[in-house]
Amino acid sequence: MSEKNHLKNLLTNKMQRRTFLKWSGAIGIPVIAGGIGTKMLVDRKEEPKVLNAKEKEKIISTCSINNCGGRCVIKAHVKDGVVVRVSTDTQETGDLSTPPLRACVRGRNYRSLLYHSDRLKYPMKRVGKRGEGKFKRISWEEAIETIASEVKRIGDQYGPESRYVNYASGQSWGLHGGKNAARKLLSVTGGFLNYRNDYSSGAGNVATPYTYGTNNSGSSFDTLLHSKYIILWGQNPSEMIFSTPYREYLMQAKKNGAKIIVIDPRYTDTVIAFADEWIPILPTTDNALMDAMGYVIITENLHDQAFLDKYCIGFDGDHMPDGVPKEESLKSYLLGEKDGVAKTPEWAEKICQIPADKIRELAREYAKTKPAALIQGWSAQRQAYGEQFMRGGAQLACLTGNVGKIGGWAAGTGYWSRSEIVYPFSYENPVKASIPCFLWTKAVENGTEMTAADGLEGTEKLSSNIKLIFNMAGNMLINQHSDINKTVKLLEDESKVEFIVVSDLFMTPSAKFADILLPGTTFFERYDIGVPWCFGDYVVFGDKTIDPLYECRDEYDVFADVADKLGLKEKFTEGRTTLDLVKESVERTKKELDPSFPTFDEFRRKGVHHFKYDAPLVGFKEQIDDLENHPFETPTGKIELLSKTLWDMNNHDEIPAIAKYIPAWEGPEDPLKEKFPLQLISWHYKRRCHSTYDNQPWLEEAAKQEMWMNPKDAEKRSINNGERVQVNNERGSLFIDVKVTPRIIPGVVGIPQGAWYTPDKEGLDQRGSVNVLTSQRPTPLAKANPQLTNLVEVKKFEE
Amino acid sequence: MAQLGFYINQSLCIGCKACTVSCKDKNNLDVGINFRRVYTYEEGTYVQQPSSGIVHNLKAFYFSIACNHCTQPKCIPSCPVGAISKNKENGVVTIDQDVCQGTQLCVKACPYGAPQYNKKVFKSDKCDFCIDLQEKGENPVCVSTCPMSAIEFGPIKKLRKKYGNVSQIKGMPSDSITHPNIVITPHKDAKLSGS
Repeated sequence: MSEKNHLKNLLTNKMQRRTFLKWSGAIGIPVIAGGIGTKMLVDRKEEPKVLNAKEKEKIISTCSINNCGGRCVIKAHVKDGVVVRVSTDTQETGDLSTPPLRACVRGRNYRSLLYHSDRLKYPMKRVGKRGEGKFKRISWEEAIETIASEVKRIGDQYGPESRYVNYASGQSWGLHGGKNAARKLLSVTGGFLNYRNDYSSGAGNVATPYTYGTNNSGSSFDTLLHSKYIILWGQNPSEMIFSTPYREYLMQAKKNGAKIIVIDPRYTDTVIAFADEWIPILPTTDNALMDAMGYVIITENLHDQAFLDKYCIGFDGDHMPDGVPKEESLKSYLLGEKDGVAKTPEWAEKICQIPADKIRELAREYAKTKPAALIQGWSAQRQAYGEQFMRGGAQLACLTGNVGKIGGWAAGTGYWSRSEIVYPFSYENPVKASIPCFLWTKAVENGTEMTAADGLEGTEKLSSNIKLIFNMAGNMLINQHSDINKTVKLLEDESKVEFIVVSDLFMTPSAKFADILLPGTTFFERYDIGVPWCFGDYVVFGDKTIDPLYECRDEYDVFADVADKLGLKEKFTEGRTTLDLVKESVERTKKELDPSFPTFDEFRRKGVHHFKYDAPLVGFKEQIDDLENHPFETPTGKIELLSKTLWDMNNHDEIPAIAKYIPAWEGPEDPLKEKFPLQLISWHYKRRCHSTYDNQPWLEEAAKQEMWMNPKDAEKRSINNGERVQVNNERGSLFIDVKVTPRIIPGVVGIPQGAWYTPDKEGLDQRGSVNVLTSQRPTPLAKANPQLTNLVEVKKFEE
Repeated sequence: MAQLGFYINQSLCIGCKACTVSCKDKNNLDVGINFRRVYTYEEGTYVQQPSSGIVHNLKAFYFSIACNHCTQPKCIPSCPVGAISKNKENGVVTIDQDVCQGTQLCVKACPYGAPQYNKKVFKSDKCDFCIDLQEKGENPVCVSTCPMSAIEFGPIKKLRKKYGNVSQIKGMPSDSITHPNIVITPHKDAKLSGS
């Protein structure tokens, strides 16, 4: 263990030091040294230039706006138009209604990002083969002219459904980012093919509403202060930031005496700081554990029968929707009444490797300790049958009656938000057709053949494959989509997608596939407002701290010029600059949504606005308090443990009506395991926000790109810590250094997601970009990304 | 002013390294030079049960450390040119960059690895407790950075009164060597017997 060795070195140093001291002591000089040093320190204080520097430095508060789930305060210390360092929220901890919004390690690197020498500096056009990465500098005039004429040509030739703005997450998140600007540009010029859903919680977003009628199944984090037992299932808030203050609340919950359990294939940093216990589990087998917990809970009579009777459909034969046989109930399934297989802890142990006694203990503790919060991360729903994970968690919350109660948690996707602002930059897309965002490669290859079974909505049939892609500050085009090798081949073919516009800060793997490549701005260089993803009670002002570097421009301004070229500037901007948009958002929010919202000047001065509420938000409290007047938004008005809608889809093996364990393709029960014996997962790494910051040296030093492997698996392959290995499956091959660590369960390897695809001459990735190995086979119901479901083999790299 | 020290609430450390990187940002430190460092410790193993489950006894923790501005700093006597000094008022140990000759003897002398050698300028440097920020009334950058508020600073006597006397955890050198001015609330897996 490389890092453990550091501590060992400290011990070794001690020995060296003793030997050394004898020697240095003999020289005998130190006494005078102290005097000189002190004097120098005093003298330095009096240097006039230091005083000048103090006078000049301005501190401008802004906000990190990208696809991090949190929003933190970034204070730029600006001197002579240069950011000389950054600091963060200095508010003290303690008042949980205004938690400090301190930046994490990524935020502390922002100055390095801003001034990185590899920033894209001027617009460019492709000169080599697409994807080769050869570009030539052009003028902004030429870039705008080319985009305008291609937008028009492709729209005229193939129709608006041929034009697509790819799912993107880079600097796209504010009021007017690249994605929004591109969508509005295409809207005012005839429209574009829509996408639905995302890569973060794709399966969960579709599945959770089948249970609860909505994805807003979470509660505000302050409710955790009432929880006595918290299960974090596949969730890692130490590294992955859902909302900046979440950890603060979790810490308070722990102080309040809540017992915290983490279920995860890895002993994560969350385990280290928060957990009383870590329960390792094999990826894709979560529902086997859930089923067995359910079995224990009902056979030991620990379930909340009154809750199930009143609020739920499908628990037992007496509460079934019309048209579904009684033996299809959840209870019947768990007891094995139909298939003869009781879902006992012993049954589950063989699948998920958690000892049966531990499953019993977990089930009993969760069911008996009230209130208990089962909070699900989005990792396990990024698996082959990810839909089952989200519905399975919700099912446990219902069995134990933890829904709608303070300190409980309804599980499922868990969205909640109390940071509403007005988004004044709006557009209406004349095209109504949409595809699941994960299937964009399919819509390039054979979009016109897609049907409702592929998740096509809003039309019977598309009139064209995708012919034009706007990829704004996003790395889904190559890096973050599954099966990189397959996508590379698809995009290299210029007869398929005919024109690709990319805007970014750096030459990412996706940027290499641009036909026109635009240099974007960072949040330091523009005005905006930062709103956390969907969790949190605050918004942060994004002030412009310096003028854009080089020839970089906001996408909003670029597309305003493109619209101008097409005679539609007024329609695009409605006469507003980005600063006008921010001002309008603040003014309208105050007027239309929240009278306590600060004025523009106040907001700018304070930097942050915390929305304050009289009571915590408890998911589904209204429904539980008064079901008659507040039914769930499901077809039956109740929580649907069994969904008739899913039943009617008549694909019971892959899309069951109740949540259940389904052995995954490329899971531990797949015969392919003979050839590729290790399950490969990935996770959100502390040093990156998805793929953003992968090229940042300070962050690479802080957290290297390396694959975690258990010592047992390493030993079998004669692999030592720190050695380079080749990881293979039928889709690809990558090279990466290995961290041999017991912090991952045997049989599983983990590669932090988001490293930039870096092929050598043979096309083999040299950086450990995990999507070389992931699959484009979508989840059955949501058509979402299954990127945490992969089988691989690992071998030592031999030169 | 009394001897200053750091307090580390190790039980809260999530190993994010925001302290390390903010220190680099403030002090313009290249890769390879870290005035504040975060170490990982991990131990334990798995036992496969005949019934096919797995049990484990894993333990792991992180530990953030900079210079401890020791009461008996071993770096000072190690320096052949007298570049290192301990401020009489606040006990802060600094390396004078104008005097340092880059012998790296301090690097070897410090049991905590605090002095960092800069190959570009042939000099060593280390945490100076952000004394410039303190003079402006601000906190050291690591203190104002930690997302978990797990780092504090102040007169060591006060810190000890508030948080106790632990200044050594599993994996660390004996605190009797230099008498470091640090107080630690150890992670549950990092406790030494008696601490």
